Amino acid sequence: MQFALIYYQTASDLAREQSEPEAYWGAWSAYMGAMGAAGIMRGGAGLMQPPTATTLRIKAGEWQVEDGPFADTKEKLGGFVVIEVDDLDAALAWAARAPCVVDGSVEVRPTIPADKA
Amino acid sequence: MTSAAASSAHIAAEAAARTAYGRLIALLARDSRDIAAAEDALADALARALARWPADGVPASPDAWLLTVARRQLGHGRARAATALAATPALVLLDDERADRPDTDFPDERLKLLFVCTHPAITPRVQAPLMLQAVLGLDAARIAAAFLVSPAAMGQALVRAKARIRDAGIAFTVPPAEQRPGRLAAIRNAIYVAYGAGWDQLETDHPSDLAEEALFLARLLAAHVPDDPENIGLLSLILLCEARRPARRDAAGAYVPLDRQDLGLWQRDMVVEGEALLRTAAVQARPGRFQLEAAIQSLHNQQRFTGADLSGPLIGLYDRLLDLAPSIGAAVARAAALTAAGAAPSALAALDALADRCLNHQPWWAARANALAAMGDKPAALAAASRAAGLSTDPAVRAFLLGNA
Repeated sequence: MQFALIYYQTASDLAREQSEPEAYWGAWSAYMGAMGAAGIMRGGAGLMQPPTATTLRIKAGEWQVEDGPFADTKEKLGGFVVIEVDDLDAALAWAARAPCVVDGSVEVRPTIPADKA
Repeated sequence: MTSAAASSAHIAAEAAARTAYGRLIALLARDSRDIAAAEDALADALARALARWPADGVPASPDAWLLTVARRQLGHGRARAATALAATPALVLLDDERADRPDTDFPDERLKLLFVCTHPAITPRVQAPLMLQAVLGLDAARIAAAFLVSPAAMGQALVRAKARIRDAGIAFTVPPAEQRPGRLAAIRNAIYVAYGAGWDQLETDHPSDLAEEALFLARLLAAHVPDDPENIGLLSLILLCEARRPARRDAAGAYVPLDRQDLGLWQRDMVVEGEALLRTAAVQARPGRFQLEAAIQSLHNQQRFTGADLSGPLIGLYDRLLDLAPSIGAAVARAAALTAAGAAPSALAALDALADRCLNHQPWWAARANALAAMGDKPAALAAASRAAGLSTDPAVRAFLLGNA
């Protein structure tokens, strides 16, 4: 079955992209590389830093465009992948290897099967 | 249909349901992970059994018959089910089990169901109720009564948990060796929670008591995974506590504390088995919470059997238990042991240290009342006892606390 692994990062973790880019990107590319080598990757993307986000709502027909991500939370969405594994435990095992799991968190959610969508 | 045939069919169906329920649910839900659908299909198969068996006779393998009919109900393996019903369901069951059982080291499908129900992705407070329903087929109303929640709330929590197992991708497998110790600990905790549920509401016909069910599950776990001594420790603990059940109330239904129980009423076979299991577990030299709790109960028993004062060793065991698995319950029990050992002021000091977490904890107030009474402070003891009585849900315990103060 397919699961989305959704990565949440803290501000201090995100800041490491600037302060220690080699360690930061080294960890993420090794992790993504391992999932690629395991043949389980079905999709996903890393996201640019949260300040690059633009959020849109339409209220009573009016566009409300905001600078920044939709909510000012402690952990920010950093990216996601979709993987194909047997069960939740296998998905959790991959989530446990994510570089952000100690400082931030990883949400594991089944994707809606194609025949139900 | 004769009434004799009907009743023997009924007995056979009930026996199959009781002994095979969890295994059949595990087999039916293994691929779809849909426990609710498996339960519905099995209930339907049991109803059909009651309708058919009196006329057709009880099949040679009732479990296989039920599995086949329930599978057909689920729409699985239609062709296989059709031929199976005609002739040799037992062979089909063997075949199914061969196909369904890749884990030769865990031969019982019910264990997989136990692992599923206590998966860390399931809310801890639902794990024990879910286990009682999925493995033993208890209805939500009975589970709700033991856990002191409304049947509607319990039913909803169980439905939600089963939907989660189906949708979140929780597999019906035995976890890999490196995760097994933690996952087994979760099963033990759920069994112990089930045992404890209803313990305080011991009434004459104790409809909410789940002791027998918990004992069944503890036996299952100890029998199939004996290389974890804590599994044996849990079974020993439940047996040693359960042995005293007939002595916990007098003829008038009044609460009888351990030190005044009639030893002749204790179930000796359970005491003997519990003690033997405790020794078996100890041989593995890997102590744990449940072995220590069983050892504590064993010492309490020896105190009663021999009349010797074992409060020193008892306090020692509580200290080790608190090191290994700190809990309010164990800390309060240790304080009670201090009072019994004649060290009431130390007991009171230990209880005071827990005060901010215990204002609504009945055993804390009861232990406090005992310590204060031992120190001769009657008014304070009475106030604490009445507070404990106010926090008790059992009229017999309430009466005892007030009468004793």
